Amino acid sequence: MMRHMTCAMPPAFPATKTMLTRILTSALFAGAAAGLIVALLQLFFVQPVLLHAELYETGALVHFGGDPVSAHPELPGLFDEPMRNLLSILFTMLTYTGYALVLVALMSQAERQGHVVTARHGIIWGIAGFVAFHFAPGFTLAPEVPGVAAADVGARQIWWVATVATAGIAMWLIAFGGNLVSYVVPALLLIAPHVIGAPEPDTFTGPVPTEIGALFAARAFGIGMAAWVLLGAFAAYFWQTESARDAAAA
Amino acid sequence: MTTKTLTSTTSVSSIIPALFAVVLGLGIITVTGHVQASTLHDAAHDVRHATGFPCH
Repeated sequence: MMRHMTCAMPPAFPATKTMLTRILTSALFAGAAAGLIVALLQLFFVQPVLLHAELYETGALVHFGGDPVSAHPELPGLFDEPMRNLLSILFTMLTYTGYALVLVALMSQAERQGHVVTARHGIIWGIAGFVAFHFAPGFTLAPEVPGVAAADVGARQIWWVATVATAGIAMWLIAFGGNLVSYVVPALLLIAPHVIGAPEPDTFTGPVPTEIGALFAARAFGIGMAAWVLLGAFAAYFWQTESARDAAAA
Repeated sequence: MTTKTLTSTTSVSSIIPALFAVVLGLGIITVTGHVQASTLHDAAHDVRHATGFPCH
């Protein structure tokens, strides 16, 4: 009896604190590491396309205006706008740390239910995260190149949040549901926002050539998937490392 | 009885930190991806476009 009492006595607080520390620490490491790599990938692959589009957004370049326009204008280099690019790196790391907090918290719950989450599993988690946070909303609200026509930003944000939420639930059900219903419900959840439709602009006013818009969307999705694969693997890896360290210390 | 207490304590202590982390994470995503305050918008502009957030 006494032994039982001693076992039951440790209050919730230290356990909660340890758990919270583990989640925060692993999410911070994973988010910062993945975010830094992704920021560099974006600067290399996405930023030149964005800067090219901005030349049309500002009117510095006009296509179909008369004379043919070169598809290879002079663009600012990586070090021409250091503050802008440093801010992009910082905000990418922050954004992916936000994603990592959600991801590691969900991993902790999956593990509590008896599922194993290794770094290799983390890759699948990352792909699921990419579908939920990037691909599902982007399927109808395609990644926007600067200068495109779009509906009111508030309305699009509401649709974005709802689509991410339904896609996230769908991914969880597919992963952990385990019966026929858990495939049918996610399919409906994934399709519904696109059947209902996202807020669309009334007219098209985009001055940016379609070639740039298409390349931008493709690059954003590609880097997004790489980003989430890295994030998932890192999140699971650091979560395991932190858990092992805690177990060793206990 | 004692065992039951232990189980429920562990279970609660496992969900609360996870919930806190989710709220914190979604808060960060809201600030970096969605808040339209002009300073934030300008600083996060390129990231919002590249990461597929509705920007303007």
